[in-house]
Amino acid sequence: MMTKPKVATASLAGCFGCHMSLLDIDERILKLIELVDFDKSPIDDIKEFTGRCAIGLIEGGCANEDNVHVLQEFRKHCDILIAVGDCAIMGDIPAMRNNIPLKECLEEAYLNGPTVYNPEKIIPNDKELPLCLNRVYPCHEVVKIDYSLPGCPPNADIIWQALVALLTGKPLELPYELIKYD
Amino acid sequence: MSEQITFTIDGIEIKGKAGQTIIEAADEAGIYIPRLCYHPELAPHGSCRVCTVLVNGKPQSACTQPIAEGITVENNTKELDEHRRNLIDMLFIEGNHFCMFCEKSGNCELQAVAYRLGILAPKYPYFFPKKDVDSTHPDIFLDLNRCILCGRCVSASRDIDGKGVFEFVGRSIEKKIAVNAEASLKDTNLKQADKAADVCPVGTINKKRTAFAIPIGKRLYDSKPIGSDIESRRK
Repeated sequence: MMTKPKVATASLAGCFGCHMSLLDIDERILKLIELVDFDKSPIDDIKEFTGRCAIGLIEGGCANEDNVHVLQEFRKHCDILIAVGDCAIMGDIPAMRNNIPLKECLEEAYLNGPTVYNPEKIIPNDKELPLCLNRVYPCHEVVKIDYSLPGCPPNADIIWQALVALLTGKPLELPYELIKYD
Repeated sequence: MSEQITFTIDGIEIKGKAGQTIIEAADEAGIYIPRLCYHPELAPHGSCRVCTVLVNGKPQSACTQPIAEGITVENNTKELDEHRRNLIDMLFIEGNHFCMFCEKSGNCELQAVAYRLGILAPKYPYFFPKKDVDSTHPDIFLDLNRCILCGRCVSASRDIDGKGVFEFVGRSIEKKIAVNAEASLKDTNLKQADKAADVCPVGTINKKRTAFAIPIGKRLYDSKPIGSDIESRRK
């Protein structure tokens, strides 16, 4: 039996909406399972790569050091890396903090916000927590990205068409109606 | 001014009138040249360079270059579209274009030209500049995060409304649109019915209480690319 190519997915600084959109391919997910095996992904909860992957799907940009680490791991293990959705492409909503100093953001979130209850005035600083980056970085500013699928989230059809084209070695020709930035 | 001038765009013979610019003659003939700062009712600005075409092999902005007998214009070429994609990419990374919550999305000309040129994502690093929002006016708000400095509001307010509400200030990357008033937009005599409030190609000048009226799927550029109206004139 021929081994199927593997697909891995990750959600970095995203909202899992792009993963929801992937699941939105509905019954085509059965066809997808015929085409590929899922490796490291929140969908099957595999935590570490088990081998080389044909395609890595990245949702979300890099907001903390863990995001950067995961993204670099994906680049190492995947032949083709796809930025899925506007967060991966340009930072999106998390990147709205990018022209506000990080210290101000943390103080607003943990000390000064109108609904904050924090009598000890502690900004979370446990060693286990990944450090926030000074700003949110779009994925292509951290590693080489091979393809981008825009949208917030991208339509299930654009994800489906891109995956099928790449897995079957056909050129990626996306119809006009599927390219949307919102 | 009715003297007929014959020239070609991408090998197609076009008959224009003396005094027309390349973009005017092309529009009339049903040939779409991608553009952003150009607006048919305003004096051409020639600033965005998206409408750059090759005239007898030399790059010229189609919105400012007059037609002339026998010229050869190249418009729909791989190289020019690549040049246009680069310009659009730079406009995206130099501003803060958050399409996902912008009320102009679907009706935005910057986004529409990017869709038409098949841009999936800008290739450059993002600037994330700090820009101002002015929401002091009761009926209109100004979001400079999305401004592409096309100058349409400047021309419309000065030449059509006769008000001069908007003007450019600063140079280079610091260049921006400013309002000609004591402090902010509320101190101007700008009205919702003004041409200047109507011509913004992006989501910078917005009329309050009008957003998201058209559902997704029915917006201007949801199913047909920008320029389709011009191309449908082609005989």
